[in-house]
Amino acid sequence: MRFTRGFRSRSGPNADSARVPPGQYATDGFPVLSAGPTPHTPLADWTFTLRGLVDTPISWTWDELRALPHETVTVDIHCVTKWSKLGTSWTGVSLDTLLDGVDTAADYALAFSDGGYTTNIPLADLTDGQAWIAFEYDGEPLEPVHGGPARLLVPHLYFWKSAKWVRGLELGDDDVPGFWEQYGYHNYGDPWKEQRYAGD
Amino acid sequence: MEGTAVRRRLNWQTGTVEELVSETPRTRSIRLGLPCWSGHRPGQHVDVRLTAEDGYHAQRSYSIASAPEDENLVLTVERLDDGEVSPFLVDELRTGDELELRGPIGGYFVWETARGGPLLLVAGGSGVVPLRAMLRHHRASGSAVPVRLLYSARSLPDVIYRDELTRLTGNNAIDVHFTLTREQPVGWRGYRRRIDRELLAEVAWPAVDRPLVYVCGPTDFVETAAAALVALGHEPGRIRLERFGGTGGSA
Repeated sequence: MRFTRGFRSRSGPNADSARVPPGQYATDGFPVLSAGPTPHTPLADWTFTLRGLVDTPISWTWDELRALPHETVTVDIHCVTKWSKLGTSWTGVSLDTLLDGVDTAADYALAFSDGGYTTNIPLADLTDGQAWIAFEYDGEPLEPVHGGPARLLVPHLYFWKSAKWVRGLELGDDDVPGFWEQYGYHNYGDPWKEQRYAGD
Repeated sequence: MEGTAVRRRLNWQTGTVEELVSETPRTRSIRLGLPCWSGHRPGQHVDVRLTAEDGYHAQRSYSIASAPEDENLVLTVERLDDGEVSPFLVDELRTGDELELRGPIGGYFVWETARGGPLLLVAGGSGVVPLRAMLRHHRASGSAVPVRLLYSARSLPDVIYRDELTRLTGNNAIDVHFTLTREQPVGWRGYRRRIDRELLAEVAWPAVDRPLVYVCGPTDFVETAAAALVALGHEPGRIRLERFGGTGGSA
């Protein structure tokens, strides 16, 4: 191991190591990252759609989505830019609920968002209580700057996979790289394996 | 979106600090000698990793301040007072020290001559760093693309690359505007307020000219500037954003 002359750890080794993945640090703030301007889609025009490898695409309006069973979860989130935020509280509809009764042979999903953002995730990572369409953060409506009215929440992957301003999933056989994945970020993005960039 | 698939592995490498330049009381440029740098594109960043003797690691991302055409890689780092890495880089690092990094990273917040223009660069504080790489690339490549830079800083002593940017104003293709939000020197003829819609309307090309826009700065600055540009009719797809500010309490 190569030491950096004069650099001392502030918190000592292994601080929070059970909850903070390698190369990350815990923060109390909630930094914002997005590549383009924040979109503002009126709720009357908002839909969430499952399309692609399904018999018929399915859409929910905002009111229909809000009428589905929802849950509040407390999870740790990890951004590839190195911050982690522990114990964040989100309310939303589980992808299990949305995918219930959907007959698909797809292995992959490409989430798509207002503003043109996309990100790819194996379908197996979106089911079994691992992912939500979240519309509240800490008991309040999700602010546009943090992805409101609704964002995907997949906390076990780096947070760029939790697409802000999400409008649907394109289901398919093939793993199609999304926005950051095309720019060299890791295709899967497991923070515990520190899969930040392609090849990690 | 022009996807530029970078699929090679980004390995850590150890650079040597060749020169340190204090740009402002809070910022320092670090010129590095690197064993195997494959080049970068203007606007990209690197990850820096510090390792303490007890094995503790800290990683952060820093924008590249140099142009691809420059001989050495240069990072410019601003000290965040509650930071863990930036105070070390700004206050403790010495010439001859070794520094681990990997990159280049990113590919969306990139401008190259071939993308054309006109080019509008909007900087808040040390958000000027990746934009400076674009300006140096513009000059080094002999680009004729018209450029406007609008740079918001607290005071004149807080302006990073002040001499270099002031000299650029002599270049026919480049127009530099400063706004000093807290403190202005006597006789200051530039702007003296935070960036808002009216200021952008004055400085930016009209939306009908379809400039390519790059905004970099703290989150609130970027959010304000981007929303104002959209309100002025600029296409969201032509506005690229980069934010920094570590973990500040942005809501």
